[in-house]
Amino acid sequence: MSTYLITGASILDGEPTDVLIRDGVVARVSTSSTTGGATDEATDEAATGSTTEVVDGTGMVLLPGLVDLHTHLREPGREDAETVETGTMAAAMGGFTAVHAMANTEPVADTAGVVEQVWRLGREAGHCDVFPVGAVTVGLQGERLAELGAMADSAARVRVFSDDGRCVSDPVLMRRALEYVKAFDGVIAQHPQEPRLTEDAQMNEGELSGRLGLRGWPSVAEEAIIARDCLLAAHVGSRLHVCHVSTAGSVELIRWAKSKGWNVTAEACPHHLLLTDQLAASYDPIYKVNPPLRSADDVEALRAGLADGTLDVVATDHAPHPHEDKDCEWQAAAFGMLGLETALSVVQEAMVDTGLLTWAGVAERMSYAPARIGQLPGHGRPVAEGEPANLVLYDPSARHVVEASELASLSRNTPYAGRELPGRVVATFLRGKPTVLDGKLA
Amino acid sequence: MKKHLLSAADLSRDDAELVLATAEEMRSLADRPIKKLPALRGRTIVNLFFEDSTRTRISFEAAAKRLSADVINFSAKGSSLSKGESLKDTALTLEAMGADAVVVRHWASGAPHLLAHAGWSKSSVVNAGDGTHEHPTQALLDAFTMWRHLAPSNGGSLDGRRVVIVGDVLHSRVARSNALLLQTLGAEVTLVAPPTLLPYGVDTWGVTTSYDLDAVLPKADVVMMLRVQRERMNAAFFPTVREYSRRYGMDGRRMATLQDHTIVMHPGPMIRGMEITADVADSERSVIVEQVTNGVAVRMAVLYLLLGGSEPAIGGDE
Repeated sequence: MSTYLITGASILDGEPTDVLIRDGVVARVSTSSTTGGATDEATDEAATGSTTEVVDGTGMVLLPGLVDLHTHLREPGREDAETVETGTMAAAMGGFTAVHAMANTEPVADTAGVVEQVWRLGREAGHCDVFPVGAVTVGLQGERLAELGAMADSAARVRVFSDDGRCVSDPVLMRRALEYVKAFDGVIAQHPQEPRLTEDAQMNEGELSGRLGLRGWPSVAEEAIIARDCLLAAHVGSRLHVCHVSTAGSVELIRWAKSKGWNVTAEACPHHLLLTDQLAASYDPIYKVNPPLRSADDVEALRAGLADGTLDVVATDHAPHPHEDKDCEWQAAAFGMLGLETALSVVQEAMVDTGLLTWAGVAERMSYAPARIGQLPGHGRPVAEGEPANLVLYDPSARHVVEASELASLSRNTPYAGRELPGRVVATFLRGKPTVLDGKLA
Repeated sequence: MKKHLLSAADLSRDDAELVLATAEEMRSLADRPIKKLPALRGRTIVNLFFEDSTRTRISFEAAAKRLSADVINFSAKGSSLSKGESLKDTALTLEAMGADAVVVRHWASGAPHLLAHAGWSKSSVVNAGDGTHEHPTQALLDAFTMWRHLAPSNGGSLDGRRVVIVGDVLHSRVARSNALLLQTLGAEVTLVAPPTLLPYGVDTWGVTTSYDLDAVLPKADVVMMLRVQRERMNAAFFPTVREYSRRYGMDGRRMATLQDHTIVMHPGPMIRGMEITADVADSERSVIVEQVTNGVAVRMAVLYLLLGGSEPAIGGDE
C-alpha cells in the first residue's frame, strides 16, 4: 500500500501540520517544518522500499472523513436515479468516507437479505463505506414491525432504523419500535411528518403557498410528531434520532428535550441551512423537497441550533431523481435534491464563513456525532497518530460554480446549479487509500 | 403588456385599463352584422386543456375565431397520478406546429408559468386557470363587468368601490386573481369565508377578510359568490351543506339588505341552493349571464393585445 504525506494542512483549526498516512492509519503527525518532513520520508522510503506520494495541503484544512446519516442510494430498484457505485462516488467527491443508505428502496430494506445486499454492493464499490439503514416497518407501510433483530444481527450490522420518506405515525408502533431496539442498542431515526396534516402538501405553508396556490406543509405537522416522539423516547428510555429538522419550532422542542436529559439527537440538512421557500415562486421543482424549504427565520433558527449543539448532525438527505421526475409540473415532480457533493461547501457558507462553527465544530457535526449515533467503528475518529486514516483534505479558499453535469452522481437534481459556493474537496482517504485525489476520483 | 398573461399581478393599472378599454371596443362588435375582425388572420392559437372546462374553452375559441385566428383545440388527459404525455413534450409538439399563443388550463398550479419560462416554447402563454393558483382572464372579465356597471357613476373607474367575494377562497383561482386585479384597479376587496376556507397568509394580500357575510353586505357594491365544491364537505371545512348555505349562501333575505345599485356575480358553474339561491341568480341584480358575454370580449382583447401589437383593433377604414 502506498504511503501519503500531506504537508502543511491545518488539522481542524490548528497550525500547519504534516500528516503521514501509512498502512491505513495516520502514522505520524508532525509540525510542518518546511523540508524536514520530506527528508524524514526519504529515510523512511529507503528503509521500507515503498514510495511516498506528497500531497501539498498548504492553506487547506484536514478533517476526519465525513459520515452521512441520511443518504438515498436508490439501489436496488431505482438504478436509473443512482446506484451504490455512483452514489458512493458522489460521497467520496464530497469528502464522505461513510454513508447510511436509507431503506426506501424497491424492494424495501426491511429484511436481512436486502440490507446485506446493499452492504455488499458498498464493499464492492469501495468508494466509501455503506451502512444500510433498516426499515422500521414492513414495506414502510407503518403497520407491523420489520425484523429489526435479524437486520441487526446480519452481516450489515444495522443499528439505525428508519421508515424515512414516511413517518412512523402510529404512536403505538413508534413506542414499540423505540422499546424493541434497546435490545441491540439501535436507534429509530424518525421522519417527522404528521401524514393527515400534510396530504398532498407541496411546499412550506406560509404566505407564499397561499399566493402560489400550492398546498401547504405546515410546521406543526413536523413539530407535533417531534414533541410526541421525544415524550415517547423519554417514557420508554430509548434513543430517538430526528431526521431533517426544518423548523424553528422543532429546534425549540429538541432543545427542551435535551434540557430534560433525554436521549434525543437530531440532524439538519445543508439545503435547509441555506435555501428558503421563496425559491418556490419559480415553480421550478428543483426546489421541491420534503420537508420543504422553510422561511428565512427557520433557516436562522436551524443555524443557531446547529451552532449550539441542539442539532447534533448535518446529514445530506441526498435524494437523486431522474431528469423527467423534475422536468415537469411542481405538483407532479418528485421530492428531493442531491446533497453529497455540495454538503461541505454549503456548511462552510452557512456555518463557517458566518462564524457560527469552527472546523472542529464541522468535524463534530459531520463526522464524530453521526459516527457515534450510527455506532460506526473506525469512523468519526480524530486526526491523530494511530487512528484509521479516514480523512478529507479541503481547500476552503477555493470557490467554484456548481455545474450539474460535472457531478459524480447519476442524477442532476442539484438546487445549486449555477451557484458559486466556497471550498473544494481536494482529497478523500478511506483507510489510507485515496478515493479522491487532486479533486478527482482516484 | 408583457408577452404572457400568467397572473393578474402581471398587469399594471395601465395594462388592465387598456384591456378593459379594448374589451369595450370588442364588445361593440357584438352589435354589428359581421362579428369578425381580421386582426389575427394567419396567427395560430392553441387551446391546451389538461383539465376539462367547456365554458372557458369555448369562450377562448369564440374570442380567437372572431379575431380570425386559426384555432387548435388540444385536450391532454392526465393527472399527477395517471401521467399522460408530459407538459414538456406537449409544449415541444405545439412549438413545432408553430403556435403563436397557447391558452393553457391545467390542474397543477404554476403549469403556465413553467410553459412560459422553461424554454420549451416561444409562444405567448395565457393562463386559463391553473390549479388553485390563478385565472387572470376570469378576473379581467369580472372587472370588466363591474366597470361597465359601476364606473360610469364613479368617475370612470373602480376606485373605492367595495367588492365582496364570498366562499371557498382557499381553493379558488378566481378569488386570487380578482383580489390582485381589483386592488390594482383601485377597488376595496373583502373576502368572506369560514376561517377554514381562507388561505394561510391572506392577511398579507392587502384585502379585508370577514367571517360574517351579513355584516359586510350593506356596504357592498359588488357581491361575488364562489362555487363551493361538494367534495370539500368530506374534508371538514364545514359541517354540512345546510350550515354552509345558512351562514355563507346568498339568498333572498340577504339580497334585500343590498344597496340598490349592487350587483351579484358568479363565475359559474353555479350550484343553486348551495352558495346561491335561484331567486338571486335569476334576479335583476344578477349579471351572471352578462359575465359570459363579457368573457368573450375580454379574451378577444387579451389575445389581440398579446399578439396583435400596436395597431388599433378596429380600424377606421373598414
